[in-house]
Amino acid sequence: MSARDIVLRVEHLTMRFGGLTAVGDLSFSAARGNITALIGPNGAGKTTVFNCLTSFYKPSEGRIALAHGDGAIWETLEQLTQSGARWLLSGGSALFLLERMPEYLVTRQARVARTFQNIRLFPGMTVLENLLVAQHNPLMLASGYTLLGIFGVPSYLAAERAAIEKARGWLDRIGLVDRADSPAGALPYGAQRRLEVARAMCTDPVLLCLDEPAAGLNPRESAELNELLLTIRQDYGISILLIEHDMSVVMQISDHIIVLDYGVKIADGTPQQVRNDPKVVAAYLGVEGEEVEKVEAEVGL
Amino acid sequence: MSADVPASRPDLPRVLREAGWTALIAFGLFLPLIGFVTYQDQSNQIALGTRWGLLAAFVAVITLGRLAYSLVLAPHLARAAATTARGEPSALRTELAKWIAPFAIGFVVVYPVIVLAITGIGGAVKWVDNFGIQILIYVMLGWGLNIVVGLAGLLDLGYVAFYAVGAYSYALLAKNFGLGFFMLLPLAGILAAFWGILLGFPVLRLRGDYLAIVTLAFGEIVRLILINWVPVTNGYAGIGGIPRPTFFGIPFNANDDGFAAVFGLEFTPLYRTLFLYYIILALAFLTAFVTLRLRRLPVGRAWEALREDEIACRSLGINTTNTKLTAFAMGAMFAGFAGSFFAARQGFISPESFTFLESATIVAIVVLGGMGSMLGVAIAAIVMIGGTEILRELDFLKQIFGETFDPTQYRMLIFGFAIVLLMIWRPRGLIATRAPSVFLKERTAIPADLAKEGHG
Repeated sequence: MSARDIVLRVEHLTMRFGGLTAVGDLSFSAARGNITALIGPNGAGKTTVFNCLTSFYKPSEGRIALAHGDGAIWETLEQLTQSGARWLLSGGSALFLLERMPEYLVTRQARVARTFQNIRLFPGMTVLENLLVAQHNPLMLASGYTLLGIFGVPSYLAAERAAIEKARGWLDRIGLVDRADSPAGALPYGAQRRLEVARAMCTDPVLLCLDEPAAGLNPRESAELNELLLTIRQDYGISILLIEHDMSVVMQISDHIIVLDYGVKIADGTPQQVRNDPKVVAAYLGVEGEEVEKVEAEVGL
Repeated sequence: MSADVPASRPDLPRVLREAGWTALIAFGLFLPLIGFVTYQDQSNQIALGTRWGLLAAFVAVITLGRLAYSLVLAPHLARAAATTARGEPSALRTELAKWIAPFAIGFVVVYPVIVLAITGIGGAVKWVDNFGIQILIYVMLGWGLNIVVGLAGLLDLGYVAFYAVGAYSYALLAKNFGLGFFMLLPLAGILAAFWGILLGFPVLRLRGDYLAIVTLAFGEIVRLILINWVPVTNGYAGIGGIPRPTFFGIPFNANDDGFAAVFGLEFTPLYRTLFLYYIILALAFLTAFVTLRLRRLPVGRAWEALREDEIACRSLGINTTNTKLTAFAMGAMFAGFAGSFFAARQGFISPESFTFLESATIVAIVVLGGMGSMLGVAIAAIVMIGGTEILRELDFLKQIFGETFDPTQYRMLIFGFAIVLLMIWRPRGLIATRAPSVFLKERTAIPADLAKEGHG
């Protein structure tokens, strides 16, 4: 991939917790409009990478850069790094250094949205309210930081109606229009997963980070999720970064796979390349490289 | 309670065993409280007496109560829980919910007139002041704290500090600079909101029990400053002679330029009481209006989202720092309004009025009412504060229990009992369902067990 098509570039990312190195010297890039999957055995450090990307953790070392718009902006990366600023705007494009930003700015300015491994909806709020909370920042601006909203000015009411329409559009897409007014906590598990994706999409992201979106779904729901992710990418032109254990999801929809083991990258390539990489097979089956062929023969690969 | 015992047929040995334990605990608890009594003997020295009969009566009543609970109430509750599916309120209840708010608003507006018609001028001052104004102050405080505790889910045990800031702001500025009530009311609110932000900053990272302890300490710090900063606050002695609110410059007194004389009426203290009643009523309505509006605005939804899941909020681009601080500031502002009204109404304030017990009462009102419910909080305030005042009125009990009987001394016992009962009957408060702030097709109440109480 050429440098211009890159949306996210992670360089030498290291995250240490005390003496434990959860992620060590990880570098990868994600291409614009691609679905990039991050896979690896349990405890490989995938979620830690996500938490670093979205600034829930401050990385011990490394640089995480995200570009909006024209890829030519990447040429200013060194300049931005030296300047000490959090981001650089030039024309319609922008370059962000995510590790320098607090987590709410990562979503608000850099437009990176995420979901969680264990679903984090607002269970006592309705499905519709969940989607409106996701549109907090534009609505806050429309309500004049509450001052205008409290008097019910027409411009705010119009903005709220537009936000509800947008939410209704997403509910249509995930098939939950009929459940719009029921509490999110009362939805079936699969619907909660889809709602969390829709809620993340309501923040208008450029990069959508999904942490095991297919966990706990049955094969049919899993296939529906694949469908949803592919149409989202197609309709909104966003890039998706995905952590997943379900290989049917990973192999079918991702364009590019990065494999982590013990916090270190062991493979990086297309699904086909990764599938045939002996290191990956070894990591998943838990044997040394030389013994892989023997094991493969035993399990009939 | 094991599951294999059918709820309809309580098992007798277990019931008796439980009753026995209850009797033992009651005996241990009331032996020092009721069983022994100190009095002065003939030589004016303190002596220890015993009240075995009364102690036996207490223990017997409690044991019988436990028996009745195990045999009658518990099976009934279990059956009720088994039969009523969650959600689905009855048609009557939905109908009631629709009419109760307009009815309540109408009632509080005409309340002084009704009282005046029933009791005449003499009684009306007492009923409007002790019941109307007193309850409305606590309704307002409850609604203010409801923003912090009920909506944002931040347990604040030092809320009375902001009430004190409002009261002292009014008292000091009115006495020293001669500013009027309506000028100082917003100022007191702003100062209290400023203190709310001041408290908010250090507790941003705290949750749950730790947050509760720090806010409790904050309440005590403010009270101790009021006690010890004598040159400004006059310490324990308090501040007296605080200017009372005037009717657009016309004071409520018996002079020739007083309210009664100017309007050609006969002087009674009732006019001032009525004036104060409608001021606090307007302030309470303002609190309710602003809170209801805020709930439908992004900031209010962000507060509730914060209560539900703070991490999810951060992942959606919500600045949780600002959101928490606005919740503290808004809650504190309404306490500041209530405080300056309190100072203006009493004409005298001292640190005694701002003890932890006040904070605890306000928190109890919010928790009993159902966190987040405006109507529930109002009902709880009426019961808690109105109940206290009613106890003062029960003079006829003296004829039953003798001249030395003072019902107000049993206030805490009765409250404790009522709170225990209520927490068994409605563990999430009187009105525990949450009304959604926005809806697509129809507004359906959200059952309490889904809404989170917040982590602090």
